[in-house]
Amino acid sequence: MSDPDMLHPELRAPDDSDSITRQGRRLDHAEATSKPLRSRPEPQPRGAKIHGNRPIDQAEAAARFLAAPEHEKMHDERLWDLRQKRDREMHGIPEWEELRSLASAIKEHTLTHLDEYLDQFEANARRNGVHVHWARDAAEHNRIVHGILKDHGAKTLVKSKSMLTEECGFRPYMASVGIEVIETDLGERIQQLDNEDPSHIVVPAVHKLRTDVAEVFSKTIGTDPDNSDVHYLAEAQRESNRPLILAADAGMTGCNFAVAETGGVVVCTNEGNADLSANVPKLHIASIGIEKIIPRLEHLAVFVRLLSRSALGSPITQYTSHFRGPRQGSEMHFVLVDNGRSERLGLDEFWTSLKCIRCGACMNTCPVYRRSGGLSYGATYSGPIGLIIDPTFNARKYSNLPFASTLNGSCSNVCPVKINIHEQIYAWRRELVKQHEVPFVKKAAMKAAGELLSRPAAYRAAIAATNLALGHLPRFVLYNGLNAWGKGRENPRPPRQSFHSWHLANRGDKA
Amino acid sequence: MRIGLFIPCYIDAFFPEVGVATLELLERFGHEVVYPRDQTCCGQPMANSGFNADCAATESLFVRNFSGFDYVVAPSGSCVHHVRDNFDAIEQTPEVKEVRARTYEIVEFLHDIEKADAFPWAKFPHRVGLHNSCGTLRQLKHAAPSELREPFFSKPMDLLSKVEGIEFVKPARPDECCGFGGTFSVFEEAVSAKMGYDKVSDHAHAGAEYIVSADTSCLMHQQGCAERIGVPIKFIHIAQVLNGASA
Repeated sequence: MSDPDMLHPELRAPDDSDSITRQGRRLDHAEATSKPLRSRPEPQPRGAKIHGNRPIDQAEAAARFLAAPEHEKMHDERLWDLRQKRDREMHGIPEWEELRSLASAIKEHTLTHLDEYLDQFEANARRNGVHVHWARDAAEHNRIVHGILKDHGAKTLVKSKSMLTEECGFRPYMASVGIEVIETDLGERIQQLDNEDPSHIVVPAVHKLRTDVAEVFSKTIGTDPDNSDVHYLAEAQRESNRPLILAADAGMTGCNFAVAETGGVVVCTNEGNADLSANVPKLHIASIGIEKIIPRLEHLAVFVRLLSRSALGSPITQYTSHFRGPRQGSEMHFVLVDNGRSERLGLDEFWTSLKCIRCGACMNTCPVYRRSGGLSYGATYSGPIGLIIDPTFNARKYSNLPFASTLNGSCSNVCPVKINIHEQIYAWRRELVKQHEVPFVKKAAMKAAGELLSRPAAYRAAIAATNLALGHLPRFVLYNGLNAWGKGRENPRPPRQSFHSWHLANRGDKA
Repeated sequence: MRIGLFIPCYIDAFFPEVGVATLELLERFGHEVVYPRDQTCCGQPMANSGFNADCAATESLFVRNFSGFDYVVAPSGSCVHHVRDNFDAIEQTPEVKEVRARTYEIVEFLHDIEKADAFPWAKFPHRVGLHNSCGTLRQLKHAAPSELREPFFSKPMDLLSKVEGIEFVKPARPDECCGFGGTFSVFEEAVSAKMGYDKVSDHAHAGAEYIVSADTSCLMHQQGCAERIGVPIKFIHIAQVLNGASA
């Protein structure tokens, strides 16, 4: 038996996840013909290729996602369904637009008085017996949490879903210091077991077919690889996860809203896993982005009415859990994290992106996101909100993202806190050109276009030449690798004469 | 009224019949329509790509061509949106502001300014899927977009309803973007083309013989997509229908 790695690449069998292997050896010839005659599930397309600080090529990853039609179709339809459910909920609330305006105004007020409300929140939380920590950035957040865990001798941590901890690279950090982190949200757990980032901020595994999940679970928690029944898979995950929750040394949650006047945090979930994570262990740590503050408890009602309706098209999340102080015999810690937020607050054109309540409605409605998959963005935040937040973390790495949009504006219309997302995408394009983070080819092309379009005679000649070419060149010349338009579309056919020539001939005196 | 006719570059080059229909339609309502021959473009391709400084000369040329008219009218929603909302590479003199404010897209001109109530010369006995481009829908506010909770209105549908014989079909996703997006169509060609395939298929399933739109750029993209995947559907600009095109 030969070692496949020693064979010349051309002699090696192609990667085939369905191939029959025994004891690590691929069976071939007669042995392999006993392979079951079932159609092979489409392999899951993976996300953007990450090369250090180099700009993410979202278009390349999106093209690979589109090349997996079962995944693309399921993804597009599943998210469009959420958008339609959101619309139905919206029509049930006569004051919907008023609520959006109110939510936006509350957030803008809070963000412009953030220092005061943060102080108030801290003072009230301390009064409630909560330990409050401040983290300037992701690294400090991770160190603080590690310090708390060390003080308690904690080795295992169960947590609910939190985009902030994704932003902080929390799990890799904890792995490096020998602490086992267990995600308790079903979607997030699937992603953790698959060693893949969440692709959506609310439904992290939405890009996976159930056959993908069956494959992940069969390799990690020992389910039957041929059983992709969703109830079977969900139950198997519950059975494997519940004992880990019961045995965990510490629990962690994120935070949807931090109420300044009470010093409490509110976590909105659908699986009850945040309550388990927070209440079962004797130590609860909540990671809180500083923009999550709202002034008063009565403001919460505005956001709770908007959040789940916008996110999933359900009237409310199954659980809206308030955490105000430690239970007897346990400890509660809040870690308030900046990680670039103060700096963003100072950006004239972009500060209102801090109003975001992470509902994901902009992703669900985005026609580009639905057809590219969230992992194509190669960033913590994908979709429209990602396009305007990611460049604040790294303008070079995420310089292509603001171009992954048609500027159609649907995102701004569904946003429950009225962030002008598409206008900020447009503004980011200008900003990235100013910062020289746009490829030279594009720069040269746009400069040339600008010159051509400001010189009528040259412009006339160019139109004539284009139409001559389109009318006379053979197909194989027009539809080549350089013609991005013609790859998936037919070119327009040149008319007999341009409008300009028609006008000269028919309205010679009207110019 | 004395109207400056703005015919954007791709209409001039590829769809002259759209320009002709717009001009004739305005003349039918008794306006003096002037086509400044030195016009080129509004600068949108550069601006949407972030290269605002590269628009300056084109914008100056636009203002030179279109200063002094009662209205400037164009058969293209996205270009008018650019002129009205983003045209800021040059100094905003009173003359520049005036030109920007007087620039109208043909549907809103006919609906809001002309208040046209009949097109007796027009007949279009066909099943039509109306495509509201994102520029006309969400920027120029031609119609109520599906995302907002507001009473239904549609300026293009108001106008088209006055054309004899026309019948509307309703696609499943009436105002999802078709994927053109200017330079997006080439920089993200795979996603752009897929959005186009989905759009034309949706209209075809709804039974449309024609897709009618106020944005020729969307139509150019959709036509290219439909032809590539073999969806038998035809495309026509709203100005052509209103001007009495017999298909």
